[in-house]
This record gives sequence, structure tokens and C-alpha cells, in this order.
Amino acid sequence: MIPEIGHFALALAVALAFAQGVVGIFAPGLRDPRAMRATPALAISHLLAIGASLLCLIYAGIVSDFTVENVADFSSSAVPLLYRITGTWGNHDGSILLWCFILSLCGGVVALFGHNLPASLRARVLGVLGLVSGGFLLFTLTVSDPLARLWPPPLQGAGINPILQDPGLAFHPPVLYAGYVGFSVAFAFAVAALIEGRIDAAWGRWVRPWALLSWIFLTAGITLGSWWSYYTLGWGGFWFWDPVENAALLPWLTGTALLHCAIVVEKREALKAWTVLLAIATFSLSLSGTFLVRSGILNSVHSFAAAPGQGLFLLVLLGLTIGGSLLLFAVRAPVLAAAGIFAPLSRESALVLNNIFLCAIAAVVFVGTLYPPFVDLFFGIQLSVGAPFFDQTVLPLTAPLILAMAVGPLLPWKRADLAPALARLWLAAGVALVVFLVTTAERHVVTALGLAGGAWVMLAALTDFAERLRLFRVPLSASFARLASLPRSAIGAALGHLGFGVTILGIAGMTLATQKVIVMQPGQTTELGGYSWTLEDIRSAPGPDYSQRIADVTLSAHGHPFLTLHPSRRNFAAQGTVTDDAAINTNGFQDIYAVFSDEPAGGGAELRLNRHPLAPEIWFGGLIMALGGALSLSDRRLRVGAPARAKRKKPAEVAA
Amino acid sequence: MQARKKRRLYLVLTCGLCLCAATGLMLAAFSSTLTYFLSPRQVLAKDPAPGVDFRLGGIVQVGTVNTKIAAGSDAPTTSFRVTDGQASVPVTFTGVLPDLFREGQGVVAIGAMTANGTFAASDVLAKHGSDYMPKDVEQALKQAGKWNPIYGPPPAASSWNTMQVKSTSS
Amino acid sequence: MAMSATRRRLLFGIPLALAVVGGEGFYTILRRMQRNDYDPHALPSPLIGKRPPAFSLPGLNGGPGFSNLDLLAPPRPMLVNWFASWCIPCVQEAQMLDWLTKNGLTIWGINYEDKADTAAHYLAQNGNPYTRIATDISGLTAINWGVYGVPETYLIDKTGIVRWRYAGPLTPDIVNGTLNKLLRRYS
Repeated sequence: MIPEIGHFALALAVALAFAQGVVGIFAPGLRDPRAMRATPALAISHLLAIGASLLCLIYAGIVSDFTVENVADFSSSAVPLLYRITGTWGNHDGSILLWCFILSLCGGVVALFGHNLPASLRARVLGVLGLVSGGFLLFTLTVSDPLARLWPPPLQGAGINPILQDPGLAFHPPVLYAGYVGFSVAFAFAVAALIEGRIDAAWGRWVRPWALLSWIFLTAGITLGSWWSYYTLGWGGFWFWDPVENAALLPWLTGTALLHCAIVVEKREALKAWTVLLAIATFSLSLSGTFLVRSGILNSVHSFAAAPGQGLFLLVLLGLTIGGSLLLFAVRAPVLAAAGIFAPLSRESALVLNNIFLCAIAAVVFVGTLYPPFVDLFFGIQLSVGAPFFDQTVLPLTAPLILAMAVGPLLPWKRADLAPALARLWLAAGVALVVFLVTTAERHVVTALGLAGGAWVMLAALTDFAERLRLFRVPLSASFARLASLPRSAIGAALGHLGFGVTILGIAGMTLATQKVIVMQPGQTTELGGYSWTLEDIRSAPGPDYSQRIADVTLSAHGHPFLTLHPSRRNFAAQGTVTDDAAINTNGFQDIYAVFSDEPAGGGAELRLNRHPLAPEIWFGGLIMALGGALSLSDRRLRVGAPARAKRKKPAEVAA
Repeated sequence: MQARKKRRLYLVLTCGLCLCAATGLMLAAFSSTLTYFLSPRQVLAKDPAPGVDFRLGGIVQVGTVNTKIAAGSDAPTTSFRVTDGQASVPVTFTGVLPDLFREGQGVVAIGAMTANGTFAASDVLAKHGSDYMPKDVEQALKQAGKWNPIYGPPPAASSWNTMQVKSTSS
Repeated sequence: MAMSATRRRLLFGIPLALAVVGGEGFYTILRRMQRNDYDPHALPSPLIGKRPPAFSLPGLNGGPGFSNLDLLAPPRPMLVNWFASWCIPCVQEAQMLDWLTKNGLTIWGINYEDKADTAAHYLAQNGNPYTRIATDISGLTAINWGVYGVPETYLIDKTGIVRWRYAGPLTPDIVNGTLNKLLRRYS
């Protein structure tokens, strides 16, 4: 019964979404205020319908209703409750339902919190969201139905992939999707503005919080995903340059550029074309990522089972969405002329430079990811592009970005002199140089560059922060007063850059990682990374749907034991697979990582032991970036609606 | 007006420079990091030079997996054969094999041939799913055994009793 | 404005042009993938509605083998199954073939491009559902039949005419669905 309700709700959602789309887009043109007011109501009902559908699917998972094909294929009654719930989106059909739900959530949130928007803009934004939503819902309902029934039902479900039985599964997809899909709002704003034929400072002001919100989630989602794969897959790495990972990174790169541009549109009414194009590009990259992963074109450890038929449907959706918006972009080109003027050297120019660098990195990642399928298509050659390619291309392109991002915030708007800005960075430059020289003495130059770069960015962010407080130039009490009145977005921005610097530091630290694969007998000791590792014991332990073998490993430094790790191997009888549960201990600045990978026939344990300096910083950095974004979002200036009319009549006037 | 023109000039120059840099880096990286995919049959046919990295894909031949600890080191070395139904190549790998590595399972090994005809793998990949096969392996099997995997999933590893190697002389 | 509206539009049209090119490429890739993904039932066989071409193949390890003359008028609809010891899905299919013979269906096998000892070993390991076995070592008979690959199964009715060709291992779905229907129709 419940799955049927869910199925009906899904069908209802399709209708509501298309209604929202048509009404939203045409009502403003027809100058029908009632219709325009109806659009938010449609958006909310659409959200409720999809929400109901998702809840029904989750319910089916909780009660292990195996007449629902999705539950029978991807769950079982032996699976713990948390994973019966969260496993709903651990497979193809369930995850696309989640995708659609979050898309509708975006519409719902705009409907609920978009009071300060002019009615026509809001209607159009919701209209665009409705159309996109409708398309994907139609796809879900017809081709990828998670609520399809199975009769007769099997006695027991196939169970969940053991790798996915992890708390990370609960949070990584929804958070990632919230970011990934969340950029649909910025996209909708861009398209709505293009339809309306007006991009001005007010538009920039309205778009910015939405872009920021999605960016926060995407940053958090990617960080979580990387961290989850690090501690769950036991391979000791954190980024594989897997096509699906790249599919999430691409919108992040353009989304970051978008974020920075939106500031300029709001403040200076310049860079309009960049901002609109980036808004379209970011969501287009999200859509393309979804398409590539689900169509089977890209080979990935993450990818779901391929279905070219589904791929064609998605390609059509993509064509309509991306093609339509880019066509509009070309046609409305005259509207996107810049109003503000700025000198070749100014904060605006620095932001343009920022865009160019980020887009260059995105282009390289894009080409690298798509090269194999296209070469296969045209030349029939099968080859693979892996981490070495991306390391060789992306890392050098990050260098100018790192250099510039320190200077940019210190440049004034409109016209700037380089010398004073550089002069203020004396501390950052000095420390970076020292770090570089000290590190090159004993380690590889790449590590040295990485650590120096991280230090440079971090100190530059702190310098920017200190500048705003006029720290050490005025009495401390005055600095504190300035702190109290400092807009949160300024602190948020500094935190964002600081977080990025921390991540760079973490990544550089990982180049210093040490690793050893060894078969040890209980009682044996080995040396790695300056510590002594002793295998104490191997023992068995039961689990809910697996049996476990645990190895106890003790670490000592200078003869004093200080840490015991318990890496384990889990045997999932139902699926016949064995997973290794890595044991990780962190002290905030270093990870000790042990994996129990095999019990050889001759006895003992095969262990992989790792020492990862500065690894936690990779994810701390991501967290700090997300927090910075959240802080910026909480800035009241972003949410207090300026009177819409006044802004519209005087687009040239600039907000302070 | 001058400022705008100058700004546009700088913009074009920077974009051009970045494009050149990105393209140059990509071309350099392509020539040095691209790894081709070869199936065992192609390895025997093309005979790649020792030391040149490539990806070897196929199925782990049943009954050939052997792990031992080489003398003088603590690290375990596994040897096995990778087959595509037409030919098989011996592989050695020192390190931790992925969880899903099993006899009769699809596998992709990254490494190079050694002078004595074995493939020394620096990395071994197996994808998740007990009856999922990597696309590269599917292609190789398709070409070698004239088997189209789209007809149905490959049989579960436990149902394969032996994996015969077809002689190449017919 | 320094740039005319049309020039501006053209410049801004570049992303659209790139997207169209990319879309074309993806479409082509998907079409090619789909062509591999066709429905085996729709696979046209040159033999459907005709009798098997003339052939006479030896048996396995001294066995009698058979020829097209033996397939002229079977007492009941029967299957001719092409198999090989080096073929992985054949192993998957073996159980199904076994079940079919136990339920009264006659299956004759043609061993394709194989060696006698490995074929014998394969049959010992996976069971031998075949009432009669022929060997096509050169593969020429297969070419005449239009065999795409192994395993392939042909349904021959009581008048000796090929009514159905299935490329791939027989699965329960196919057997319960298509094969049973055809057997009823031609019995």
C-alpha cells in the first residue's frame, strides 16, 4: 500500500513540477499576478509530493518490504536500521529520487524564503526549477523507477554492499547532492534574469546567498566523500581522480569562481557575463556529471550499472537544459554588457584572473576525464587517464592561483597599485620562503612548494583579516571595536581562504607519507616512520551481519608504547565479500593508519602500516572553508531585502 | 575607453596564456602518463617492451593464485595468471591485493612486462560487485571469446570449475 | 558600446557551439553502446524459417557426430546448442541445459573451435546434456550457420526448420518466457 502511495506521489510530482514550470515562466510575461503568486504554492506542493514519495521508499526499506524491487535488490532484513534507511540512496534508482527531492527542495526553499525577490523574478526562477525538475522526475518515473514492484517477493533481500555499511553513507550523498543540485538555484536565477532581460546589482545581491549556500554544501560534500573513502576503503589515499570524483570537483571549481563573481556584480555591476555564464556552467557540469556516471560512458569505481537507454534520456534532458540556457545566453548578449569600469589592476581584475585560473583547472580536469571515452569512440583505442595525468596538469596550474589569491583581497576596487598590497604580505612571504628553504633541504621540492604555498595562503588570509582590524596600527581596543562591527562576510571570506591554505598544507604533508606492507606473526615488531609497530594478537569477534578477525597492533616510540590499533577484516557471508576496516588514529596533525589485509595460509597477519603527516589538515581545511561560507551566509546584509523598486530604477548605484 | 580597451587586451592575453599553459601541460602529461589497456591475447600479439607501463585486464585464472613471502623481505608476493579465454599472462604483485580480488574475478593490473615474460604489477584493481566486470575486461573477452557480456551477467566465480586456455593455433 | 550587438552575440554563442559539439559526441557514444546492447531476439539469423545448411561433422573423441540429414525430421522440437570449453557463459548455461534435458527436451551439441581433450574435460566437469555431439574444429560450419559466438542455441521444429536462434546463455527468464512458448507452438 505504502509503495503505491509513493508511486502515485511521484506521478503527482511530475505533474506539479511541469505546472510549476509552465506557470512560472509564462505568468510574468502575461502579467498575471495571481498566477505568479501561485508558483510558490506549486513549488511547495511539488516538494511535498516528492518528499512523500521518498518517505514511502525509505519506509519500504525500514520494514524490509521486498515487493519493492529496489529494496529486494539492495537491502535485507539483516542490515542494521541506519543502513536500511540510508541505503535507500546507495543505489542508482534511489539516489536519483534523492536527487529529484533535493531539486524540489531548492524550489521549495526559494518559494519560502524568497520574499525579498520581485514577484516576476521569483516566478521565473521557480519556473525554470520546475521545468528541470519535471524533466528529471519524468526520467525517474519512466526509466529509473525506485518504487517498481517485484512479484513474487524473494524471501530475503540481496543485502547492501558492505563497503556502503558505514555512517559516512548516511551523510555523504545528501550533503553532496545538496551542493551539486543546489547550484540549480543559481542556474535558475541566471536563466530567469536572461529571460527577463535584466542583470543588475540587485540580481547579484539576490543570487549570492543561493550560490554560497550550495557552495558550502558542495565543499562539505566533497570533503566528506574524500574523508569517507580515506577511512573506509583502506587504501590510504584521499583522492583517486576517479571520474565521479572529478564530476563533483568540476562544479566546485566553477562554483567557487561564480561565488567570487557574484560579489563583483553586486558591488560593481561588472563581470555580469562571467557570472551568468558561470552559473549556467556550474549546474551544467553537475548535470553532465550525473549523466556521465549513470549512462555508462565513464568507467568508475563509483559508477552504477550502465544503461545506454537511460543515458539517451538524460542526454536529451541535458540538451534541453544546457542548450536552452546557452542559447538564451547568446541571444541576450547585449544585456550582459558591463556597466562598471575598472582598471587593469584592481580587485575586479584579480577576480577575473581568479576565474580564468579556476576555469583553466576545470577545463583540464574535464578533458582528462572525458579523453578515454572520446578516444575510444574515434580511434577505438582503449586507454586510461589516471592520477599521474591530473597531478602533472592540475598542480602546476594551481600555483598561479595560490600566488594570486593571497594578493587579491588586499587590492582595492576599481584601481589599485600592486606595491602596497605586496608590501603588506611581507610576513606571509617571509614565512613561506623559510618553510620552503627548510623543507627543500631534506625533502622533495614538490613537498616544499606545497608546504610553502599552504603557509603563504594561510598567512595571507590572516594578513587580510589583520588589515581590516588595522591590527598593530591602532590601539588594541580600537581593533576590537572594529572586530565587533566587521561584517561577517569579511570574516567568512578570510576563513575561506584560510581553510584552503590548510588543505594545501594537508595535501603537501601527504607527500611525506610512509608506508609498509608486511606479513607479521604475533609478537613480531617492525619499524616505520620512526615508530616501532608490534603485532600483539589476532582474534575473532562477531558482528551483526559479518564475522570479524581483529589484529591488535601496538606502537611504541623510544621503547614506550603509546597507542594500540585494532584493524579488522569483516566477512559478509550473504554477499561473500570481505572488507578491511582500517584502524586510524589521529592526533590532529598526523594519522597513524593500519590495515589488516589478509591472513595468509602460513599464519600471521598481512598488514599495511602507514604514517600520514598532516593528513587531518586536508579535511580540517575543507571544514574551515565550509564554516567560512556559513559565517558569510549569516551576514545580515545578505538577507535583508533592499527595496526592490529602488534598486531597479538605479542600477548604476553601487551598494557600499 | 582606453582603459576598457587595455583591459580587454590584458584579458585576451591572459586567457590566451592560460590556454597555452593548460594545453601544453595536458599534451606533456598525455604523452608521458597515458597507459594503454591490453588483454592477454594482445600482450602475446604485440609483445610490449619490458619496462613500458600498461594495464593488463582479464580474469584471474582459477587455480593459479599463489602467495608467498619472498626471501629477504617481509612483504608478501602474489603470483597469478590473467586470462581472457585465449591466452594467459603470468603476473606478480608485491603488496596488498584489493578485497574483491578472487579467482575467476575480473581484474585490471597496472605495471610492465619484465625481461622474463612475467608482468610485474605495481597496482591491482578489482571493482566491487561480485558479478561486475570492468569494461576493459568485457571488451577484451568480447573480442577474444566472441562473448557479448550484454547477454547476461558473467557467471559467479564459484560456478566456474576451470578456466581453460584456448590454444591460439586454430 | 565598443562591440556591436551581433558580434557580441556571436562571441557569447561560443559556449553553445561547444556544448552542441560535446552533445553530438556523447550521442554517438551512446548509440554505439546501444548497438551492442541489442535484444538477442531481434538478432536476425539467416537460418530462421529455413533448414540448416549442408554439413557433416565428426563426433567427439571417436563418437559418431551428425550431419544436416539427421536434423531433417526430429520426432519432437529440439535444440542444437553451440558450445566450447573455453567459453565462460557456456558453464553458466550448463545447468540450464541439464534441467531442460531432464524435462524431456532433446539437445544436440556442436563443439566449436575446441580441442578434444579439453572438450571432454569440460563435459565431465559440467555434465553432458547432449544426446549427440559434433565438433566443428575449423569453425567453417559455424560460418555457414551464421553463428555469432558461443553459446548459441537453435530451435529446430518437427519439420527440420530453424524457428528460433538465441545468442547467449539460456537464462530462466528466456526459458520460461520465450522457449516454452515456442515449444508449445511447434510441438
